[in-house]
Amino acid sequence: MSSAARDRIMSNIRAAAGDNVEVPATACLPIATYGPQEKIDRLKSLMEAVKTEVHVVSKKDWPTAVKSVLRRRKLKTLLYAPETALGPELEMAWQNDSEGLPELIIYEGDIESFKETLFQTDAAITTTVGAIAETGVVVLWPDSTEPRTMSLVPSVHIAVVDSATIYNSFCEIIQRQSWPEKMPTNAILISGPSKTADIEMTLAFGVHGPKELIVLILK
Amino acid sequence: MQEKRQYPPKPQKVYVFGTCVIDLIYPDAGMAAIQLLEREGLDVIFPQEQSCCGQPAFNSGFPDEARQVAREQIRVFKQDYPIVVPSGSCAGMMRCHYPELFEGTELQAAAKKFAGRVFELTEFLTHVLKVRLEDLGAPLQVTWHSSCHALREMGVIEDSKSLLRQLKNVELVELQSEKECCGFGGTFSVKHPEISGSMVRDKIDDIQATGAPVVISGDCACLLHITGAAENLKLPVKGRHIAEFIWERTHA
Amino acid sequence: MLEPTAFNFKKNISKALGDRQLRANLKSAMDGLKTKRLNVFADDDELQQLRILCNAIKKRALSRLPQLLEQLEEKCVQNGIQVHWAETTDAACRIVLDIMKQHGASRLLKGKSMVSEEMHLNQYLQKIGIEAIETDLGEFIIQLDGEPPSHIIVPAVHKNKDQIAKTFHEKIPGAPYTEVVEELNSIARKNLRQKFFEGQIGLSGVNFAVAETGTLCLVENEGNGRMCTTVPSVHVAVMGIEKVVERMEEVPPLLRLLTGSATGQLITTYVNMITSPRKPGEKDGPKEVHLVLLDNGRSKILADAELRQTLYCIRCGTCLNHCPVYTRLGGHAYGFVYPGPIGEILTPQIEGLDVAGELATASTLCNACEEVCPVMIPIPRLIRRMRTESYAKDSSATVKGHGYKTNFLESTVWKLWAKMNTSPWLNSLNSKMLGLLGGLLPKAGPLKAWTSVRSKPKFAAKSLHQRVKERGVNRE
Repeated sequence: MSSAARDRIMSNIRAAAGDNVEVPATACLPIATYGPQEKIDRLKSLMEAVKTEVHVVSKKDWPTAVKSVLRRRKLKTLLYAPETALGPELEMAWQNDSEGLPELIIYEGDIESFKETLFQTDAAITTTVGAIAETGVVVLWPDSTEPRTMSLVPSVHIAVVDSATIYNSFCEIIQRQSWPEKMPTNAILISGPSKTADIEMTLAFGVHGPKELIVLILK
Repeated sequence: MQEKRQYPPKPQKVYVFGTCVIDLIYPDAGMAAIQLLEREGLDVIFPQEQSCCGQPAFNSGFPDEARQVAREQIRVFKQDYPIVVPSGSCAGMMRCHYPELFEGTELQAAAKKFAGRVFELTEFLTHVLKVRLEDLGAPLQVTWHSSCHALREMGVIEDSKSLLRQLKNVELVELQSEKECCGFGGTFSVKHPEISGSMVRDKIDDIQATGAPVVISGDCACLLHITGAAENLKLPVKGRHIAEFIWERTHA
Repeated sequence: MLEPTAFNFKKNISKALGDRQLRANLKSAMDGLKTKRLNVFADDDELQQLRILCNAIKKRALSRLPQLLEQLEEKCVQNGIQVHWAETTDAACRIVLDIMKQHGASRLLKGKSMVSEEMHLNQYLQKIGIEAIETDLGEFIIQLDGEPPSHIIVPAVHKNKDQIAKTFHEKIPGAPYTEVVEELNSIARKNLRQKFFEGQIGLSGVNFAVAETGTLCLVENEGNGRMCTTVPSVHVAVMGIEKVVERMEEVPPLLRLLTGSATGQLITTYVNMITSPRKPGEKDGPKEVHLVLLDNGRSKILADAELRQTLYCIRCGTCLNHCPVYTRLGGHAYGFVYPGPIGEILTPQIEGLDVAGELATASTLCNACEEVCPVMIPIPRLIRRMRTESYAKDSSATVKGHGYKTNFLESTVWKLWAKMNTSPWLNSLNSKMLGLLGGLLPKAGPLKAWTSVRSKPKFAAKSLHQRVKERGVNRE
């Protein structure tokens, strides 16, 4: 049934489409290019404007920064991915001193078996594949080591960005990282905690996605 | 219609297209437009065979009838003189829509040429004649209402306001919602009188809020609608076409 | 609710205009959205460049629609997404139902999707006892009240907090009465979180589908869309066939214009790009992803070179925000899924002019919509086309139901009008008559409608033609 519908729709469209129309070779309009510090500043200020908590820290200090962020909150569990670059460093930092910190937990099995725990988990920390200065977003490509729901279900999401992977624009990251050749199952751009203005156009934060987004920019 | 227009140098002769609202209801505005142009030394020609730009039929869904009437105007204004129109709406019809009306017909080229010769009055005064106005009147506050077509199709709102600003004893107080439609919309005003009434009510409130006793406009259809509604509501809102207003203020 | 037989536009208009609260809510909301949009597009040159670019992108995509849809399907299937084709909304509903039956599901979690509204999916499923749960906060609110959306982007814009507080308190078990926005949000979050946890099947729309990679792009602020497309084991995406774009790099400019025009945001909280179901080794994400491609009259719209521009629409809603008529009526008055300027051209083409042609009369052709449309649809021109086709019985007209309005009276009036305006002596006679007797015209027909709002026009004793003649203005 479906393919008969397909045939009819396709034949209607073929009859209707008509002449090919030319457009410019690229859809990427030139935009401002930011210097390395400008990229960090712009990313930070745009994300803060939508209530993201942003910290610029040195590469070696990041576990300390994470701890200090977490100690300011009463969180029971922190979901992390041991097979990422973050994993071993987090584990070591917790081994040294985990006073007042949430327990590190991992994504056990698939979502079907882990769901209940997942929905009770307070926070998750993930890597990113980059960020975009023009619009103020971090970019995630979840995969088998860092499942999608890590950055979605827990109320707090901590995202770690290498400042060297901050791109000028969305177009630029698409081109420079060759996205068309290798789109992942899921790619996400995230600018801040979830929000809505559906009630009397009044902005309120913390709806269905994480209530808090914390971004660590590693310099 | 937003590209920067190239204006010709000051001509010797111009046509004036009166518009049917001015013809039937506000002839003084038409006379004032003619006088303003003559004062700058132009020979003004008013072909007696002119009638309507065709917009009412065009917007109502009767393009054939609109074409018949438009064809007549193209025929009547046959010489290569600029056509000055004291209405943004009618000017917009001729300039922006005549080419569309005659697309694919034998009049396509002629319509395009005709459209290129159409100027709204205030843009003509400002950019072609570069008039200098000397205000002889007493101090007065006014506000300005732009028709949607003067604003968006002809892009002349700043030209119109700049003429008012030249009058040193006139204080122009702008409307809060200057870009909002007054609700006339041609046959819309009688097809949807309730919505039209609601829109004009807001426009009248806006005008009154400026404190100005009079609203000046380049479009008599809007004026008819706004002042007519004000009268119905027993509100003291007076309206004047910009040609009449300028003539009164600058003519000894 | 939205049945064509119940569409009484005049009645709806009266009701809407009489509703003070609705008008106040709308005015405040639309003003806010217009201002936000201006702020986010502070560089007008950049904005105009983007509009020209996005118009070109859509123009080309539509001119290549067959190839792009084939490519999209090929890529999607390669990546494991199942592609279905539906000619009508009924067929699309059946496809969704079949998927649900296959999984024995009695509940559908819905992200915001205008196409699903066009399908009347909720009502279709409800008839069979399947619950469709709206998760977008605005849709959630109106679903509790049994109302359709009144705006493409902010569906509950017509509601006040006290109305919402009452609805939540009365209809959500355990919800206290509160008018505090944060608390209302918390109630919704708590209520829906349980549903996300339990959800088996999630449904979403598609903002842009990229043919080059077979990627479905979705934008949102709340996170409910991600919940619906990530947590359940099955994700169904419904999409109008016109939403396909050719290349991944065409998404950024379209995205910029969409978020800026819709809500005045530089970017939404999330941009969610889905290319396949869960791959081996991955731990979450739906195991099945379905894409339903809906025609519902779009291929017919495509066939007309001028009307095709209707399909450029990226559903940003900004034409509604800028429309003085929409601002006074709100979406419900329009009686169909898509209100406002875009609704006036899209709805008659989908439903037929004989059913929805009246919508095209509710415009002053002020051009405010065209000025802001991110993809430069010449909406007033297309409204005029709807009007023309409403009266055109012959084959020059192509829209379904054309010529429905043809009547002797109007045809005659315009013919006489044309005669008068092409005959100088008739014109002159008319102006003399009006000058003499215009004041005596009875308040009937158009004059009755005119004088319901304004005083009678005062016709000049001497027309401009006459004054000029008497004064003696130069000959050529």
